[in-house]
Amino acid sequence: MIELDATDRALLRALAQDATQSAGALGRQLGLSQPATWRRLKRLRDAGAIARRQVDLDLPALGLGVTVFLGISLAAKGRVSLTDFERAVSAIPEVQTVQHVLGLYDYRLRVVARDLSDFERVLRRRIMTLPGVGAVDANVLLSEERLPGPL
Amino acid sequence: MLVDDTDRRLLRQLCAQPEASTTELARAANLTEATCWRRLEKLRKAGVLRGQRAVINWRALGWQVEVSLRITLDKTNPRAFDEFLAAARQVPEVLEIQTFLGRVDLRLNVIARDMAHYQQIYRDRILTLPHIADLEALMHLSDIKHAESLPI
Repeated sequence: MIELDATDRALLRALAQDATQSAGALGRQLGLSQPATWRRLKRLRDAGAIARRQVDLDLPALGLGVTVFLGISLAAKGRVSLTDFERAVSAIPEVQTVQHVLGLYDYRLRVVARDLSDFERVLRRRIMTLPGVGAVDANVLLSEERLPGPL
Repeated sequence: MLVDDTDRRLLRQLCAQPEASTTELARAANLTEATCWRRLEKLRKAGVLRGQRAVINWRALGWQVEVSLRITLDKTNPRAFDEFLAAARQVPEVLEIQTFLGRVDLRLNVIARDMAHYQQIYRDRILTLPHIADLEALMHLSDIKHAESLPI
């Protein structure tokens, strides 16, 4: 596990805001030289501190007006292969994220659609037909905010 | 702004390879570099392309536990949402706050160093948040898929 000092934390906070910033630009913000910033970024990257980059798009402007979170319980545990379910659900383009969870549901999905009737189509034709699907619980996203977290 | 098929193609390529240079993106989307740059600039100005953010790998930083807390609020109090949100924003371990129309009102994404630490956050910081009527927890086991492509 990597130990972070205040400067590392500030770098991660800045990248979580805007990942396209160069080592030079980041260094200027934090009062570091470009090579020193670059070395720190490399150390963070090598330790796997950054999982990936996420492109942030205005989905409604692209015609995807509805985001729905689905909680899915598998109907016949032990008889359905989790791998089969995971492979099938991951192949649906409208399904943005799939998380395996422990609790009231087995999986948590984030689904995007053009509107509610398009969502209904995805739900009926693609999700309800998945192998082993049992109860499905839906919540329509109204607002979302991301916080910096304990950095 | 009107987003055409070429813009969509370009955005699909960008989502698939966010770290690619304009040259690489232009080649993948079958555009000239100048057109590619101009279109990205236009999408940025119009706010369609909001930017790129680094997703922190909290596990690598020693935060082993991630929990989704699905919360129903006591809506007899008209200020319940505002007061709950204001208080939840003050908890450092809360990474995301989402509000819903559906079975639950809100969801908090919370991380902790280990189960003992989670227990402590849950008792001291979460259960003390105002106006909670009901609360259920989903513990994250693994991420099977995350959005690198969109049906755009």
